[in-house]
Amino acid sequence: MKALLVERSIPRFAVARFASYASSEWGIRLGPLRLADIDPPVPPNEEWVEVYPVLAGICGSDLSMLEGRTSSYFEPLVSFPFIPGHEVVGRLDDGQRVVLEPVLSCTPRAISPPCSACERGDTGNCEYVSAGHLRPGLQTGYCADVGGGWSSSFIAHLSQLHRVPDSISDEEAVLIEPTASAVHAVLASGMNSASTVAVIGASTLGLCTVAALRYLGYENLLVVAAKWPIQQELALSLGADRAVKPNQLKRVLRFNTKSFMVGLHLSNGADLIFDCVGSADTISTSLEMVRPKGTVVMVGMPGVVDLDLSPLWHKEIRLQGAYTYGWEYFKETRVHSFELATNIVSAAKLGRLVSARYPLDRHEEALLHAMEAGKRDSIKVVFTPQPKTKRRTRSSAEPFKED
Amino acid sequence: MLFWKGEGFGLEHLPPSSRVIYPPEPVPPLLNPRAAIRRALEEPLGDCKPLSALLKPDMKLTIAFDDISLPLPPMRSPDIRQLVIETILEMAAEAGVDDVVLIAALAVHRRMTEAELRHALGSRIYNSFAPHGLLMQHDACDEDNIVLLGHTEAGEAVEINKRAADSDLLVYVNINLVSMDGGHKSVATGLSSYRSLRYHHNPATLSKSRSFMDHHHSELHHSNWRMGRLIAKSGVSVFQIETTLNTNTFPEQFGFLQRREWEWSAKDRAAYLATSTLLSRTPVQLRRRLFHSIRSPHAMASVQAGEVEAVHERTIHHIHRQQLVQVDGQTDVLAVGLPYISPYNVNSILNPILVASLGLGYFFNLYKGKPLVRPGGVMIIHHPTPYEFDIVQHPSYIDFFEQVLTETKDPVEMSEKYEEAFAMDPWYTHLYRTGHAYHGVHPFYMWYWCTHALEHLGAVIIVGGDKRAVHRMGFKVASTFNDALEMATDVVGADPSVTYLHTPPLLLAEVK
Repeated sequence: MKALLVERSIPRFAVARFASYASSEWGIRLGPLRLADIDPPVPPNEEWVEVYPVLAGICGSDLSMLEGRTSSYFEPLVSFPFIPGHEVVGRLDDGQRVVLEPVLSCTPRAISPPCSACERGDTGNCEYVSAGHLRPGLQTGYCADVGGGWSSSFIAHLSQLHRVPDSISDEEAVLIEPTASAVHAVLASGMNSASTVAVIGASTLGLCTVAALRYLGYENLLVVAAKWPIQQELALSLGADRAVKPNQLKRVLRFNTKSFMVGLHLSNGADLIFDCVGSADTISTSLEMVRPKGTVVMVGMPGVVDLDLSPLWHKEIRLQGAYTYGWEYFKETRVHSFELATNIVSAAKLGRLVSARYPLDRHEEALLHAMEAGKRDSIKVVFTPQPKTKRRTRSSAEPFKED
Repeated sequence: MLFWKGEGFGLEHLPPSSRVIYPPEPVPPLLNPRAAIRRALEEPLGDCKPLSALLKPDMKLTIAFDDISLPLPPMRSPDIRQLVIETILEMAAEAGVDDVVLIAALAVHRRMTEAELRHALGSRIYNSFAPHGLLMQHDACDEDNIVLLGHTEAGEAVEINKRAADSDLLVYVNINLVSMDGGHKSVATGLSSYRSLRYHHNPATLSKSRSFMDHHHSELHHSNWRMGRLIAKSGVSVFQIETTLNTNTFPEQFGFLQRREWEWSAKDRAAYLATSTLLSRTPVQLRRRLFHSIRSPHAMASVQAGEVEAVHERTIHHIHRQQLVQVDGQTDVLAVGLPYISPYNVNSILNPILVASLGLGYFFNLYKGKPLVRPGGVMIIHHPTPYEFDIVQHPSYIDFFEQVLTETKDPVEMSEKYEEAFAMDPWYTHLYRTGHAYHGVHPFYMWYWCTHALEHLGAVIIVGGDKRAVHRMGFKVASTFNDALEMATDVVGADPSVTYLHTPPLLLAEVK
């Protein structure tokens, strides 16, 4: 089968990193990713099935990885060679559509009893992502044994699959995974007591966060920092009150919270800031713009940053990470992030965020487009991994997890 | 024809049948300003004693003066305020007056810098008063130093500076650059609180001011007159000193700027070419600094003192003597070129809101009788209209431009929905009171100043303006004057009448 493969090659990662400073295109061309013809992974037992990706998204974390910018923190949590692609809507052998919950936690790893995090339903915090009968890999898309969405097929444990209702389009379905991340971030943030919320970054994750905030009941002032006109337009249509360029966000928050300026910092500021970018600059300005005792939620994957933590200490700010999804409490009911996300992608019509589709053999164009998405009036770029010829079919295993 | 275009100028071709309105020649200045000032103080107009008779030992004397917004451009030293105040202080010293305070009558304008105060008053006055805290800048937000004098017959609350109100004599030193200035507006606005300003600095009042330059037909002035009369009735004794300037506006090396084009000598042509070439190769920040360093040779043309209304009528006579031009009929299209400076950006940037205010608030209102342009006509403004703001002088303008104007351009709607939040914003208030920022409400006033024009005109086209900035204000942008004229025909029809208002130097069109 055709697959985009990332092989362990320190020189290629290094070249990608340095080349990307000069040109994203050269970073991709010279980096560790290549289109390969390989044998598809085989389900090891009846609890695993083959999945044929219909649409597979390109995520910001994928782009960081390909440019060699991912933190070395993740090195023990991946195994090479791996096939990226964790935002996936696919079909099973019997034609059923499913979306992938990519975390490779205790259940897919056949670890029993599960760790305490998995026991609670916080699979994103699974302690054993480098153990069990699979090689290390925190998610599908980073594990050598299971493949990933940027291929014609991969394997998934039945516990990782959520059925897609017929009313949800493929475009909406491929947005379920990032929306579930946004849901998890919003529900962990304490938004209920907030009167001023800011979202920094209006790529897919930022826009999904805006949609999640409004769907999950946040009704007060919501300001989004969005670099590109398409992002500003979408942020407003998804429920933001204001969508401004990043360099105007502080001024808008100052005015709306009646703050003074104390150097670069607001004396008051937003109650809650979702940083969906994760750069040194956005984290630093988040600390400048959040109120004392406010919260900054890191939704976007950060890298290694140089940061002055004095304001965090002095203003007693809560800096919180938000990773993936799991079982949540919403309106006093235990519900899975993917279920809420499925509702949100439909209600907010998030399928419109899918701006471009590429086959695997045009992966360089696709990745470049994804890197320049905002500039090119785009949000989400996806792969359409299936070849034009008919797929082979196999009998299905047990029924998948109900949503 | 030469057109001002912000920090620069250029020549434009007008259609063959265009009308050009030039300002009159500058009237001769007073030969001996100090003597004229002394005479005015001793021969007051109206029911008023000479100043020397009003000055007594043990009295509380306050001298208020016009702020940085006048004159434009700033004049060469010695400034009129210095000349007048030195004379007053000499007389006060002769009379044994010890308790003297000077107040810059800012209303909600920005505080003046030390350099600006020194330029206006001279270093001798500055050094004598400032170190001792006797040179103040009026603070419209200082609740401890604002006093309510009463309400006019129209229910307007009149609040003014406490020191001024408590003084035995309040002398106001005024520079009347245009006929909008002076009269009761000096004290009633210049030393007012924000609360009092609201009664006349609002869209309804300004819409009925037709024009600002004709106080008999200006609701803005009617309100100020009511307030001024109440101030007098409440026992505040005001000795008004008003001066006018001639229109010798630009230094000789820029003399071509105030001569009619067909009168340009070879030297003028050479100066124009050299200047415009040099400017085109100079970065805008440097151009701005060069222009703002210009000191105008305009000189005192008259000085009168005494009772406010009597003084002001004489002042108006002198302004008309210098500036009034008789114009036959209105025009379909009025073209203007805006210079780099307005009353509200001395030593700063003419941001988009100030461009609108200068063009539609001031230049549109340079009329008596009827507007120069007919109802539904078009105004074409030349100015680059940079999408640029001075964060020190105009912080609230940025939020006004980015937030308020994106939601509404309607002065009434913005006054109801947004004005108070800006006026009461604690940070803006802090910057106004302690820094050099205009009050948070000021951008609203600039927009309200355009109300009459916005109601009257069919379209506003800005030639050479920044597209985003111009569109944000609801206007159209044209790359060239010819394009603007072409666009204007969509509004006023084919073959429109075109009038070019060739100012500065200033003029006032009396339209029959």
